[in-house]
Amino acid sequence: MNLLPWTIYLTLGGALLALAAGARSAAAARWLALATALAGWGVTLLAAARFAPGPGLQTLVDVAWIPELGVRYHLAADGISLTLVVLTGLAATAGVLFSWNITERTGEYFALYLLLIAGVYGVFLSADALLLFAFYELAIAPKYFLIAIWGSTRREYGAMKLVLYSFAGSALVLAGLLWAHAASGAGFDLADLAAGPYTVGEQVGMFALVFLGFAVLAGLFPFHTWAPTGHVAAPTAASMLLAGVVMKLGAYGCLRVALPLFPAGLAFWQPVIAWLAVAGIIYAGVIALVQDDFKFVIGYSSVSHMGFVLLGLAAANAGAVGGAVLQMFSHGVIAGLLFAVVGRMVYDRTHTRRLRDLRALPLHRLLPFAAVTFVLAGLASMGLPGFSGFPAELLILVGAWRTSPVWALAAAAGVVLAAAFTLRAMQLAFFGRAGRLTDAVTSGAARPAVAPYQPITWPERAGALLLLGATLLLGLRPDLLLNWITPSLQSPLFQAVLKGGAP
Amino acid sequence: MNGGYAILARALAPEAALVAGALAVLGVDLAWLKRHPADARRRAVAAVAALAVVAAIGLALAVGRIGSVAGGALRLDTLALAVRLGVLVLTLGALGITPGAPALRHPVEYVAVMLFAAAGLALMAAADQLLSAFLALELASLSLYVLTGFDKTRPESAEAALKYFLFGGMAAAFLLFGFSLLYGLTGSIGFAEAGAVLAAPHAGPLAAVALVMVLVAFGFKIAAAPFHLWAPDVYQGAPAPSAALIASASKLAGYALFARLLWAGGRPGGASPGWLTVVAVLAGASLLLGNLVALAQSDVRRLLAYSAIAHAGALLLGVMTAGRAGFGPLVYYAATYGLASLGAFGVLGAVARAGGGGRREDLAGLHRRSPLLAACLAVFVLSLAGIPPLAGFWGKFAVFAAALQFDGPTGPAGGLALAAIALTAVALYYYLLILKQALVAGPPSGGGGRIAVPAPAAVALVAAAGLLVLLGLFPSLVLGWF
Repeated sequence: MNLLPWTIYLTLGGALLALAAGARSAAAARWLALATALAGWGVTLLAAARFAPGPGLQTLVDVAWIPELGVRYHLAADGISLTLVVLTGLAATAGVLFSWNITERTGEYFALYLLLIAGVYGVFLSADALLLFAFYELAIAPKYFLIAIWGSTRREYGAMKLVLYSFAGSALVLAGLLWAHAASGAGFDLADLAAGPYTVGEQVGMFALVFLGFAVLAGLFPFHTWAPTGHVAAPTAASMLLAGVVMKLGAYGCLRVALPLFPAGLAFWQPVIAWLAVAGIIYAGVIALVQDDFKFVIGYSSVSHMGFVLLGLAAANAGAVGGAVLQMFSHGVIAGLLFAVVGRMVYDRTHTRRLRDLRALPLHRLLPFAAVTFVLAGLASMGLPGFSGFPAELLILVGAWRTSPVWALAAAAGVVLAAAFTLRAMQLAFFGRAGRLTDAVTSGAARPAVAPYQPITWPERAGALLLLGATLLLGLRPDLLLNWITPSLQSPLFQAVLKGGAP
Repeated sequence: MNGGYAILARALAPEAALVAGALAVLGVDLAWLKRHPADARRRAVAAVAALAVVAAIGLALAVGRIGSVAGGALRLDTLALAVRLGVLVLTLGALGITPGAPALRHPVEYVAVMLFAAAGLALMAAADQLLSAFLALELASLSLYVLTGFDKTRPESAEAALKYFLFGGMAAAFLLFGFSLLYGLTGSIGFAEAGAVLAAPHAGPLAAVALVMVLVAFGFKIAAAPFHLWAPDVYQGAPAPSAALIASASKLAGYALFARLLWAGGRPGGASPGWLTVVAVLAGASLLLGNLVALAQSDVRRLLAYSAIAHAGALLLGVMTAGRAGFGPLVYYAATYGLASLGAFGVLGAVARAGGGGRREDLAGLHRRSPLLAACLAVFVLSLAGIPPLAGFWGKFAVFAAALQFDGPTGPAGGLALAAIALTAVALYYYLLILKQALVAGPPSGGGGRIAVPAPAAVALVAAAGLLVLLGLFPSLVLGWF
């Protein structure tokens, strides 16, 4: 366990090295980034192997940092953090593999990329609210540059929108934390802040600020609009990270900070959050159904899936919250996979993402590996048994049912919608013209299409196999992660919140 | 006053070193350098001036905290020591970026006046009496007016200097009038008595007039709305190092003096001081006006001016809460804000020297033209925007936390802190627009070869950026002093 802080330090060091190496050789920067990501992931797996599940956070480092302000450098982990750092390592590695074709300002790209990853690791490992906040903001700034420099469609608009939404959200969080700090007179350590005491009215106000601030980044309807535009504008690996890991930061913040600190606030806002989550699931699903841009379909599907996470948190019982954490992991893997197929495998070769154009191409023949990957990822995204989405969404729905059957029924409609928009996109993009190869050529569709495409490269294959393996493994053995997550929810801090709904 | 002169000489040793340095600069140039080429003169006097500043830093450290001296004219406490050091370091930085900025016709006199300004600013840090405060303020202000108008090749410089001088002269008149009223009310020129009058919750009409006069003058000095009108023109027109000094050291000293005067009377009966509401109005107006008007600026220096006004609002929060939270947050914020502004002006000066204008678009492709400048600019701007772990974040954070602890989220300070937090998202937008040009956009076609940065300027910029990172990672290095 005590290795875990090294994920942060290694990644930061790797960022500096990649920046330095990039000035001389792009290949060196690439390999350094891959080595760094792998090292970080290796550390998380090693820590996971030695992890003894139990309630409460296990402290890794705890030293005074800014005593004048009551801030400690306190890193700690429990099963939930561990789940998410393993996800981060996996997503970071896959992201580097799918960034192999970045040739412009390569060193800077990987430096910013690793800086973002370091911030994400830091958030998941922080046990001091302000330290968590500092890492959270550290993860925001690189996103702007990653998207604005290396992105595509309306990248400057998408980048600015995404960063301003994130930053406005984090401003709310900061306001809420400072208010709690002033009211309790305690330092910023999560346990100290949770001790309060706050009046119910204060809790309602603080919870609203902190939860809403984090939930903006988790894609809470109606504050989700940054997500599709940001995802579409971002370069492939950045979309993978945004959807796969960064949105989880928001959900994690809600779970780690907002819920345990202000239980009375949750009790007050619970129905509002649940209905907003359900609205997000349905609304994003319906919008995804009519998109013509392939990447927008995936972007909205992310919002829809994150709605499940928020619903699980709102349901506030052990089953649903456990499911929500599992869904965070599962969606992180699946969204990464979907963005990888759309952004890297398809768009970088066909240079179009319009389903109308893709329909004219027999992509399942031209890019069979991409087609197979997308079909599998699509099945996982729909929540079919055997893939990780299934146990996660099932747990959430069962848990939500315990709290309020209406929520579960409404959200279940979202599952059907997910199947509809995924199948539609799959059909149009890959099997649009399922006829012979020559049809596409003679019909003179978007562009001459006879396999001029560069074959799928080894980094793409490796990345896709990694992510596919992860979703299959968890689909078959969800208990691997649940064994970490469930005991963590037994900690006193979480028990104060999760009293509702458990049988 | 018995035996006072020895102590006074010791207490004023840093200022004496600065003045001696200024005279040495002029003397050396007059005696030996007149026939040398301009470049050699510039280098020689800069070295002499830097030596003087370093000597002043050493002397300030050696003097340390000896408390009240010269019959209460000066108070050398932690605040004075920290602000003195801050002012001197920032002056050193301004000297450092001078060779990077467009060359001036009279470099020697420029450096000498800069040292005089530093002496005035360092004195402001320690002033504890109406008279010494006024003298220090005027020494600093007069030097800054001159520094503003030093660029004889651009009419904007002269215009800015005139505007600054006229506004400043008016403010000085207000201040003197306010001080004379305070003296009339108390019969004393000590800060403690004056502060008690200002802080009295239900003061008579004369005290209210004195308070307003003093606030007008200080509002001008720190460019708080609605007394900010000079700032955009001065920031735009002044030579870059002058603007850097005005934006950094002058601000730091101004806030310290202001906070010292207002809190000199303590908190009568534990109640909120009488001036709190008026200062809160100034802070709120500055926050709103600065942030919103900055959105509309296309000239980077004017943008920095409006962002300075916005920061003035946040810093006034630090002034409002200094009586309870101590001067630590205020000094930390003002000093790190000064470092970031200084650096930003240094970068703009270097771009201007390479033939660029002051518009945002003139920064386009800076990452190719000079990776060093682009990286430093990123640190400065992100620190101004308050992104952790850079120092700017902790400054804001410490001040806002103090404000919320001061009177809760519904009080004037706490409420303003919440508003200020909300406005940081607005501020990020205009800061990112700068970085978008510098880091994202490609260089303009045709224009834009590499920008050469002279070594002293490069060192100053890297040191400023390094300090921002260091103080961001370890804010206790400064906060722990108080």
